[in-house]
Amino acid sequence: MAEIQIRNVAKCFGSYQALHDINLTIADQEFMVLLGASGCGKSTLLRIIAGLETQTTGEVWIGGRRIDHLPPKDRGIAMVFQNYAVFPHLTVFENIGFGLRMQKMRNDEVTRRVTRTAELMHIEQLLTRYSGELSGGQRQRVAVARALAMEPDVILMDEPLSNLDALLRLEMRAELKGVLAESNTTAIYVTHDQVEAMSLADRISVMHQGRIVQAASPVEVYRDPAERFVAGFIGNPPMNFLPARNTGAGRWAVANQVFDGPDVPATALEFAIRPEDVRPADEGLEARVRLVEPLGAHLLLTCDVGGAMFRAILDSDMTVRAGDELKLAAMPDRIRWFDPDTSLSIA
Amino acid sequence: MSDTAVLLPDQGQTRKTGRWLYAASVTLLCAWVIVPLYFLLINTLSAPETVNSFPKSFVPEFDLGSLTFFAGFQGMLTALKNSIVVAFLTMVMSILIGAPAGYALSRFEFRGKEAFRLLILLTRAFPLPLLALPLAVMFIRTGLDDTAFGLALVHTTLAIPFAVLITFSLFSGIPVELEEAAWTLGCTRLTAFTKVVLPLILPGITASAIFAFVISWNEVFAAAVLTIENRTLTAFLLQTLGEAPLHLKFAGGFILVVPALIFIFAVRKYLFAMWGIANR
Ligand SMILES: Nc1ncnc2c1ncn2[C@@H]1O[C@H](COP(=O)(O)OP(=O)(O)OP(=O)(O)O)[C@@H](O)[C@H]1O
Ligand SMILES: [Mg+2]
Repeated sequence: MAEIQIRNVAKCFGSYQALHDINLTIADQEFMVLLGASGCGKSTLLRIIAGLETQTTGEVWIGGRRIDHLPPKDRGIAMVFQNYAVFPHLTVFENIGFGLRMQKMRNDEVTRRVTRTAELMHIEQLLTRYSGELSGGQRQRVAVARALAMEPDVILMDEPLSNLDALLRLEMRAELKGVLAESNTTAIYVTHDQVEAMSLADRISVMHQGRIVQAASPVEVYRDPAERFVAGFIGNPPMNFLPARNTGAGRWAVANQVFDGPDVPATALEFAIRPEDVRPADEGLEARVRLVEPLGAHLLLTCDVGGAMFRAILDSDMTVRAGDELKLAAMPDRIRWFDPDTSLSIA
Repeated sequence: MSDTAVLLPDQGQTRKTGRWLYAASVTLLCAWVIVPLYFLLINTLSAPETVNSFPKSFVPEFDLGSLTFFAGFQGMLTALKNSIVVAFLTMVMSILIGAPAGYALSRFEFRGKEAFRLLILLTRAFPLPLLALPLAVMFIRTGLDDTAFGLALVHTTLAIPFAVLITFSLFSGIPVELEEAAWTLGCTRLTAFTKVVLPLILPGITASAIFAFVISWNEVFAAAVLTIENRTLTAFLLQTLGEAPLHLKFAGGFILVVPALIFIFAVRKYLFAMWGIANR
């Protein structure tokens, strides 16, 4: 059992507060992805869990044990670094077996574990090489194998695929998911790549300026963003926002249309809809097309709706040209509303 | 087309002149260093009579007479031994003190770090003659005068700036992630250092140790002031400079220069690394 609990963790670097009151529980064997823009504090949080950084306040618990005062080696974690950190003076075999040797494991047991992990990562033919003789992808595999060989309760990964080329990333991503699903480890995976996050995660924690703004399943993060930031961060392109004016009794005026919305006393809200959740129709938001980008299966339109930028993804069999006027109907169950003051979603 | 045709020979001419100048200055610089060394070599490897006669020969005779005389000269071998002992002590102490300082500089953030780095270099700007008298007095009081250890202490202070700067640049070249990875794999700070950092850094440490050795080996001022009976080779040669015959001076110079040259040549890569850092 290795449930991870992060309780009220905050971190200051001098006068700069990198993390604000983080609370997060990661279930045993869950694959949690920390997603956020560069500089939002993902690595800092991961390094606090690993014990490579000390939190300013708060506690970290793993498997019902408070571990935030322990050195990294006593926390039952293994970590995969962005630049792999494969030891250059050791062979691949000794790299993978490094942690096992530190545990004073018997020689034949080390050999057995190393061979098995190497087979799992498809690097069994590289065991006698040094890291200088490996490609980036191979080094990556060694780094993951070295962590897995420890059979840790928790595996922490800080953008492990970010130095690989696009194709290799795709391949490694699928492999990593398979390998980790087999093992019984709890995983925390840091990335700023939302596609990677979506495809790997059981749950995604979206971070923004040192806070976790939403921790939910990939579908929920995508469909029901808890904050305007999440809606504007996730999705490619992200959600469209239009100002909405209260016309009473839960009816809201958006551009040329009136929608049913939440029955709240506010005078203004933000109306949000994903680009793929609109359809051309006889009745709908009046849009003037500015730009048409064919994406193969789809057309990405950049339009002007009531003076605001609005993107729509339509089927590529439509014939649309820049300058055309369209009416776009929003799918009612996909419309989301945000409070412009708090940025929070309103159900 | 015609333009280029006219220009080409001219350009070729300037390039040729440039190359000539380059070759000439390289030759001159090499000669500057090598010619004295060559004279040292032929005179060392010639019989004492040839060395003292005139005109000079330009080829060595491969006669070991001068060297034998050197070895037989009263006190010379003791001085050589003293030199080695002092240089060895200097080497050990400057690494034991310098390497941890270099590690701290590369791995920890602390107030006044930049100032500290500058200060280390500035110790080299402090003139040793100014220190020599008070040092001699203090050494006599503490009983350190005329001992190999006492002299090694002074040489260590001379060698430490280089030891710190070289090891600093070496440690900085080793990614922190390697150490961090070792920590997560079951190492303490100490075992991570011995199992990961040390193997990677050993060649560089050796280089800076050798450099410390050479600094002590070549140092003459402190050696001359602080020792009387237990003179090092440099101090001993300086002392006998007036009365010694020419062939002894040549042999002594040769014995002094050769190890220093070989060592510096062996560690040149690391000296460049240090200068790269010091110039920043
Ligand atoms: N040692 C440090 N000293 C001072 N500030 C730091 C330190 N480490 C991180 N920070 C700051 O804390 C913030 C969060 O850094 P962190 O490395 O956690 O970001 P990140 O989300 O991992 O970004 P990236 O995706 O670029 O890796 C940044 O603004 C960074 O400048
Ligand atoms: Mg990071």
